[in-house]
Amino acid sequence: MAGFISTFLASAVRCAMPMFIAALGLVFSERAGIVNIGVEGMMIIGAILAYAGSFLTGSKWLGLLFAGLGGMAFGLILAFWAITLRVNQTVVGAAINIIGAGLAVTINRMIFGVNTVAPKINNFTQLHIPVLSDIPFIGHILFSYNILVYIAIALMLVLHYVLFHTELGLSVRAVGENPRACDTLGINVNRVRYGATLFGGLMAGLAGGYLSIGQLAVFVEDMTSGRGFIAIAAVVFGKRNPVGALLASLVFGAGEAVQYKLTAGNIDIPFQFAQMIPYVLTILSLIGLVGKTETPAASGIPYVKE
Amino acid sequence: MSEYILEMKGVSKYFAHVRANYKVDLQVRRGEVMALLGENGAGKTTLMNILYGLYAPSEGEIFFNGEKVNIKEPQDAIKHGIGMVHQHFMLVQALSVIENVVLGMKGSKSPRLDLNEAADRLKELAAKYSMEINPWAKVWQLSVGQQQRLEILKALYRGAQLFILDEPTAVLTPQEVEGLFDMIRLLKSEGKTIIFISHKLNEVLSICDRITVLRLGENQAICNASEITKDELAELMVGRPLNNERHREDTGDDNPVVLKLEGVTCNNSDGLPGLKGIDLEIRGGEILGIAGVDGNGQRELAEVITGMTHVTGGKVTISGDDMTNADPIDIWKKDVSHVPEDRHKHGVVLGMDLVENNLLINHFRKEFQKGPFVDWKAIEKDTEEIITDYHVKTAGKNELIKNLSGGNQQKMVIGRALERDPKLLLALHPTRGLDIGATEYIQQCIMDQRNKGVAVLLVSTELDEVISMSDRIAVMYEGRIIGIVPPTTSISDIGLMMAGVEPDKKDDQE
Amino acid sequence: MPGSGKQAKTKLKQSLSSLLIGVVALLLALACGCLIIMIMGKSPLAAFNAIYLGSIGSKAAIGETIVKAAPLMLTAMAFAVTFKCGLLNIGAEGQIYMGGMAAMTVAQVVKGVPYPLHMILCVIAGMLVGGIWGGIAGWLKVRFKADEMITTIMLNYIGLQFANFMVTNVIRDPAASLPQSARAPESAQLTQFISGTRIHVGVIFAAICLAFYYIFLWKTTAGYRTRVVGMNQHAAHFAGINSKKHVVLAMFMAGAFSGLAGVCEILGLQIRMLQSFSPGYGFDGIAVAMLGNNSPLGILISSLMFGALKAGSNMMQIVTQIPTATISLVQGLVILFVVASRFLVDRAEKRGNKKLAKGGNR
Repeated sequence: MAGFISTFLASAVRCAMPMFIAALGLVFSERAGIVNIGVEGMMIIGAILAYAGSFLTGSKWLGLLFAGLGGMAFGLILAFWAITLRVNQTVVGAAINIIGAGLAVTINRMIFGVNTVAPKINNFTQLHIPVLSDIPFIGHILFSYNILVYIAIALMLVLHYVLFHTELGLSVRAVGENPRACDTLGINVNRVRYGATLFGGLMAGLAGGYLSIGQLAVFVEDMTSGRGFIAIAAVVFGKRNPVGALLASLVFGAGEAVQYKLTAGNIDIPFQFAQMIPYVLTILSLIGLVGKTETPAASGIPYVKE
Repeated sequence: MSEYILEMKGVSKYFAHVRANYKVDLQVRRGEVMALLGENGAGKTTLMNILYGLYAPSEGEIFFNGEKVNIKEPQDAIKHGIGMVHQHFMLVQALSVIENVVLGMKGSKSPRLDLNEAADRLKELAAKYSMEINPWAKVWQLSVGQQQRLEILKALYRGAQLFILDEPTAVLTPQEVEGLFDMIRLLKSEGKTIIFISHKLNEVLSICDRITVLRLGENQAICNASEITKDELAELMVGRPLNNERHREDTGDDNPVVLKLEGVTCNNSDGLPGLKGIDLEIRGGEILGIAGVDGNGQRELAEVITGMTHVTGGKVTISGDDMTNADPIDIWKKDVSHVPEDRHKHGVVLGMDLVENNLLINHFRKEFQKGPFVDWKAIEKDTEEIITDYHVKTAGKNELIKNLSGGNQQKMVIGRALERDPKLLLALHPTRGLDIGATEYIQQCIMDQRNKGVAVLLVSTELDEVISMSDRIAVMYEGRIIGIVPPTTSISDIGLMMAGVEPDKKDDQE
Repeated sequence: MPGSGKQAKTKLKQSLSSLLIGVVALLLALACGCLIIMIMGKSPLAAFNAIYLGSIGSKAAIGETIVKAAPLMLTAMAFAVTFKCGLLNIGAEGQIYMGGMAAMTVAQVVKGVPYPLHMILCVIAGMLVGGIWGGIAGWLKVRFKADEMITTIMLNYIGLQFANFMVTNVIRDPAASLPQSARAPESAQLTQFISGTRIHVGVIFAAICLAFYYIFLWKTTAGYRTRVVGMNQHAAHFAGINSKKHVVLAMFMAGAFSGLAGVCEILGLQIRMLQSFSPGYGFDGIAVAMLGNNSPLGILISSLMFGALKAGSNMMQIVTQIPTATISLVQGLVILFVVASRFLVDRAEKRGNKKLAKGGNR
């Protein structure tokens, strides 16, 4: 039983990671008032670039770098259209999802063709930490992951500090609430928003990279399958703070892990209902049944300097 | 060092083809209170936004302490020691007081934010100016007066030497205004300089040393406050003698009661008590003026009458029928017309044309419907009549209303409210933000309705307007009517009532 | 949109200029597409030829364009009608699943009802269930102030999972190895009525919906109220318009439109229902609506254009091995370029308007 529980929990953590990494970036762009529904597209781009990058260079780290830069490039598109051109953010996000999916498949076919067997690439594998990983139960739950998981957790702590205990973080939180007030205090609103959006893109790209060369070692054309949207949900559910995003992602990850268990275990409960859990939880949190979330006052509204 | 802390020379600002400022000069001496006086639209705020780096001037130069400066953004202004308290406060409601204070400051070398240290500094500063402020409170928890003090503290914290106060008294009671004036005197005694933007003559004369008058974006006059009378100043500001007389006819005092409120209570948008038991009556042919500082229940009062807010207790009677918590549509149908307090927020749909905006308060009327369809022909004809009757300046009925000037938008709003021959007219701040010409016209329109026998509820924060227009004045304070007095009552007595002192209690104290 | 001559003219001018912008943006995006195809080492000319053949090169091809345009037009209206009411409905995808699922369930479960009654029942079921699915988001919005953008995204996945559940458990064809429903009976199908094409009755329903969309929003009192709610909620409240009712109504209509798109796909083309059957029409609809500036004519034109690209790209993939995804990439670029150019036009207009505008103190 203990073995079952620890396997399940570890699986939940692994499933949570792609959402979590993307959510870390989204927390910042959301706080700055930019609604990014293009995460899904940014993630799939990150996934193919990490995979192709690792394949072409032989280095998983370079692959990850490509993924981050690709996500950032799309973040730049979102920022330019939403902030500079003041286009409806939802529309740009939707366009980015369409472009991301199309471009990822196009790149995949260009490099790997249609019917080839997926080549072996350099990917991130489980880190075996001497002693710690061998502790029964605990070792499995806490020390059975690849290095990216630990980096992500460390990053979360850093980002939490930045958001709530630095001038930069204060600016990010303020421009999402009252950009005009920030402007009168000499804060360059659009620069802060650009920064937050680019960072959101970077993290979304890395999240995609985690999916293709961290969690798996393969690229599948629809492999994000809605994880970008769940990341948005995790940010909302996690009250737009990094630690909350982790907890929310873990809940959603557990939902996904349950599904694998149900399918694998041939248990006769329709797993679709388990898969609905993250989405239902998010709706419940929106209507205030699982803790009320507050949307930044200037969310989604472009700032027009008079 | 130059005699002047600030000199603006030949400053002009054009917005596309609108000339907001034209070759304006402004010279401010160190340690004085300089008034920037002008009616709405005279270009006062534009000029100050240029000084604060929010707008780039089209031409002109700015000298600070005798040196030419180039202020491109607020950061530059702040560096030169300029602080501005905007008419609409620039505070982040969701953040704490201290977070608002340090926001945007690049003080320390480390990126870390030491809020505790900043809070100590803020408390010290506040104590020096005998203010009390809790650094850890969220801004939305503060009263309007406290928020204004926070804005001043924000500027002090940044080491401001020159303070720009943009219409700072608009949101205050006469007594709070006194408090603000004390603060201004204190700042002045510390050697700070203040630019006081206003269109209120009394205030300007009582607190300022010198007065710069702007009209139509241009310099009109510069004078010493001690050497000019109120009437002279008014004529400088408007360019002609003011016409405060509205044609008022005797309508008798036995007309039937049109609106009656008995013990009406309701909650405001934050779920707190907004009205705490209102009793009032308005007869046909009279104007009941509501005096009071903004936010003391005036909006809620209008909203319970129009059905926009749910009444939690008491009774609303319109033309003899119980309309408590009736559907807003049914109240419109009782020939009630409503000129809302915030034209842009409630009164019009900026992206629609005049016809569609006219339909806004007529969409439920059978004469503008053909079954489920809109009778566009009928509503277009009605709109054309309003445009002619109320002298709305527009390219045509299909012009988007956002392309009209503020005065003409308000004429349209008033016109459509009156065109339907109301029995009861609720006019909230009908002249707010308008120039004198439009103000006089709209006040006469409202007076004409009264003369015709319409019952009018007039809400305004401009005490002068309430006194000159009303037959009776009800003073509101914290959701209650403190007293109903004749328009002959002195301003200071009304002012005390606006601060919550009940008329009889005041007598007790004396 | 009152029918005065002058305004009609400005409207026409506006739609023409926005159409022109669309064409320029399309050309730019196509140029990018050519570049990508060339990088792939393929011939853009061959690709275009295949797209041409697959979209308008033959009677069958035109038919494909139309059957692909119809659901896009419906989901575009699903976005547009809520956009006009001030909402962002990202939920068309889930509404498609619920609508298609409901229609197929009625097709399988209800027996002994003749054509066309059975078919009409299925359509009604699809539109109703889709409508309710949309309406839920509307209700959550007015009852709990829950952001409809997030709730509709969530409802997409819940709807998808629910439809998959129905296919794997309730209406599954026991004979099939993969989870899928049995074929819909003839009496329930949207008949394909032009020989040599797959154009089905659903296309006519979609056209009726488009006419309804126009008349509702611009000719009826309820539609006027919907637009007021969309442009200024406070003014709506002031005018005694029940915003809550109109929000739920708009979301219901959106859901019904998307539901019909699902019915078209299931009972008009696929006839069997598989898991995850929507080819992403829900999200493409947002793009089509924005491209058409939410106007009825604009939506018609842009949905035909996207339909043609979809039909043509299938042919292109077969002939040239360039994946259809490359074309959806181009479609995404079209949206970006169109919204960008529209911003530039708007800004130019605003500059002009300021002449008349306020001489106020700002």
